[in-house]
Amino acid sequence: MTLSRRKFLIQSTVLGCSAAASPLLTPVTLAAAPGDNRLVVIILRGAMDGLGVVRPSGDADYARYRPSLAADNDMQDLDGFFALNGALKGLMPLWHAKELSFVQAVSTPYRDKRSHFDGQDLLETGSDDASGAPKSGQTGWLNRALGLLPDARQETAFSVGTARMLLLDGAQPYSSWSPGADLEMSPQTEALLAGIYADDPLFASSAEMALDLSAKTESMAGGRAGNAKALAAFTAARLNEETRIASFSIGGWDTHNNQNRNLARALKQLSDAILALKSGLGANWQRTTIMAITEFGRTARENGSGGTDHGTGGAMVMAGGALNGGHVFGQWPGLGELDLYQNRDLEPTDDVRRYLGWALRDLFGMEASALGSTVFPGVDMGDNVGIIA
Amino acid sequence: MPTRSEITQAMRFEYGIRPDEVRFQGKLLDQLAGADPLDALLPVESTEARFVELGKLRALRQSMGGQADAFKQARRRLRRQGAIGAMRNLARMVQNPRGFRERLFAFWLDHFTVSPRRANEDYMLGAYLEEAIRPHISGRFSELLKAAVTHPSMLFYLDQNASTGPNSVAGQRHSRGLNENLAREVLELHTLGVGGPYTQVDVRQFAELLTGLGIGPEGMRFSPNRAEPGGEDIMGRQYGAARANISHIYEFLDDLAINPATATHLARKLVVHFIGPIERPALVADMAQAYLDSGGNLTSIYEVLINDPAAMAAEFPKVRPPFEYVATVLRALDFDAEGVLNASASGTRKLGKALEAMGQRPFKPSGPDGWPEAAESWITPPQLAARISWAGQAARTFADDRDPRTLMQNVLGDTAPEFLSFAVSGAETKWEGVALLLVSPSLMRR
Repeated sequence: MTLSRRKFLIQSTVLGCSAAASPLLTPVTLAAAPGDNRLVVIILRGAMDGLGVVRPSGDADYARYRPSLAADNDMQDLDGFFALNGALKGLMPLWHAKELSFVQAVSTPYRDKRSHFDGQDLLETGSDDASGAPKSGQTGWLNRALGLLPDARQETAFSVGTARMLLLDGAQPYSSWSPGADLEMSPQTEALLAGIYADDPLFASSAEMALDLSAKTESMAGGRAGNAKALAAFTAARLNEETRIASFSIGGWDTHNNQNRNLARALKQLSDAILALKSGLGANWQRTTIMAITEFGRTARENGSGGTDHGTGGAMVMAGGALNGGHVFGQWPGLGELDLYQNRDLEPTDDVRRYLGWALRDLFGMEASALGSTVFPGVDMGDNVGIIA
Repeated sequence: MPTRSEITQAMRFEYGIRPDEVRFQGKLLDQLAGADPLDALLPVESTEARFVELGKLRALRQSMGGQADAFKQARRRLRRQGAIGAMRNLARMVQNPRGFRERLFAFWLDHFTVSPRRANEDYMLGAYLEEAIRPHISGRFSELLKAAVTHPSMLFYLDQNASTGPNSVAGQRHSRGLNENLAREVLELHTLGVGGPYTQVDVRQFAELLTGLGIGPEGMRFSPNRAEPGGEDIMGRQYGAARANISHIYEFLDDLAINPATATHLARKLVVHFIGPIERPALVADMAQAYLDSGGNLTSIYEVLINDPAAMAAEFPKVRPPFEYVATVLRALDFDAEGVLNASASGTRKLGKALEAMGQRPFKPSGPDGWPEAAESWITPPQLAARISWAGQAARTFADDRDPRTLMQNVLGDTAPEFLSFAVSGAETKWEGVALLLVSPSLMRR
């Protein structure tokens, strides 16, 4: 019997403390790892400006909408129509090696209120509710996907960084640790601590995992939880062991103001993270797919302060040796006033969840029908989007 | 030894028991009445004075250059002031026998989150805490709302200083325009809530109404030549038809403060913060009604909250966020304000690093919605590891001669769980016994 950590957490919140044994005491069975493919999901918090990253420089309206943002001396041509923001120049070797792709004009079903916080919740729950209203007991789509992996264990999925990620929360067990974290104590103190936490499952399960992972992983002195490169290096080390699915966040995308500078800063973090994953993964890079997703895009027109405000359609950034690289996927809706969503935002022409779902199908063999019912309920998976090589 | 009800109150509404403190006599609500003696004990430089200092710093750079020692020294002093602001805040939490007052202050500071990005903003933060938030926590919400939304710290943080009416004199001359950030967050976070009765059009209209509001060399400034001409229709009413003036902004904020959606939003947030995550629609409705009946008075909403039976229940579903937890531990160890403020610069930096590892880098939440409320958000394995490591160091450094059994009695009275009593007595050393007490759920939950 495997009782999940999450179930205990729910019980502890609803019923007060339960005296059940810690779920992490479930013996680890040494079954085969669920395949060799690896997936890294990076949540870009704050709404990345997809139009400023994968620039539709072939669309005449673009420069007209963005007089102070469209010029970029370092801009890299991708396919003659789209060009890459110069701050991602360091990723161009990946593009040429067919290890980098993008999806343009996608979104979750979230519409109209343009709240970061509801938008991020919807991105992580994979819910079909366009209002984005948070519901109690909601779980992350990546956690539900773990339920479709026959051999998934605690180590199979890893949340990297100090913060809890809704994306991985749910009934399936997963690991959570951060570069720089460390925990040591004498065996007697450890035993007493276990007794003190025995009646509080939230504390019991976290302490047990902390002691276990602290012993198994290097603390990476100097690695800071807020540094994307450190998060990525730690993630790569886990993926080289038993972990197959990992996730972390990068913030700093809410560029209302002075976007030329602020977007470049955030992109540097993303670029550093992708390159640190590649170098850390070594040969496993060939079996890895990175998908960086954000809650929504930003306004097509720049605002009055050299930035952009909250929008709708956005972009995804994907990298990895397992990828069908060198493409800008998605159907371009155009930027004409009638093409825009509410004459303001890029019109989403596809659902971000379809891309995530097909990646799960191609990397881990999950059935499209199960993905459409359990992981992304309400999504019509349609034809394969073909992002995995 | 504190009584059970004193302990419940100290856990749920204050920062826990400080054994050598003379407890505040009177009801919880009495803590909010009158002046707070700590204001005189821990005075702060005003916003105005800080702008004068920033002006002097600018003048120094202009006259002597950015490399001059006098400039660097002055800049260092202002930077240090920024760090002192956070420590002064902690000192108040540790020292104040009116703990409910500090908890409400922290609640409203989080409601009106600002997060400094540059040294100037860091320096200004201490004045924001003491002028925009602290004086307004028990009066009319409209006063708090207006003070917070128009303070330079907020105008920096949510980019209002960068917003200009596109058809205003300045907008036309420099081809500048709107920035929606502040308008959206005031509606979504500060007042109506995301489910509230507003649309994207209202956000846009409110952003136009806010134009003109910005920062000048002496502080907050309303510049009519940056204000969008003409009136704005927001949520079915017209504002600002006459000559551009800050009073039109205040008028709309006053209306927002007493909107029923705002009342419900504030009531729900207070219940989740102080009681727990379970939906309590009847309590929320009663609180919202009391608030509206009183014309938007915060003490009225608190009164309903603390008189609800749930307020004194002996179940503690919440977890203190790290900054709160640090204050609770320091109180348990009999720290006072002086002890906190005497911390060296390197001690302050170390504490900042420890808080970051616990998941709460001071004044750096991931967005303007502030810090999470869910217990699960604060006890991930790496966060708990950081709490245990920090509390262990605190016990070893500050309490190696304390008898952990006495300390437990003084802090938890007869509410200590049986196994905890056994464990603190059975630890190998005194400090480890104290550490076990400090990392127990009894000190972390509320």
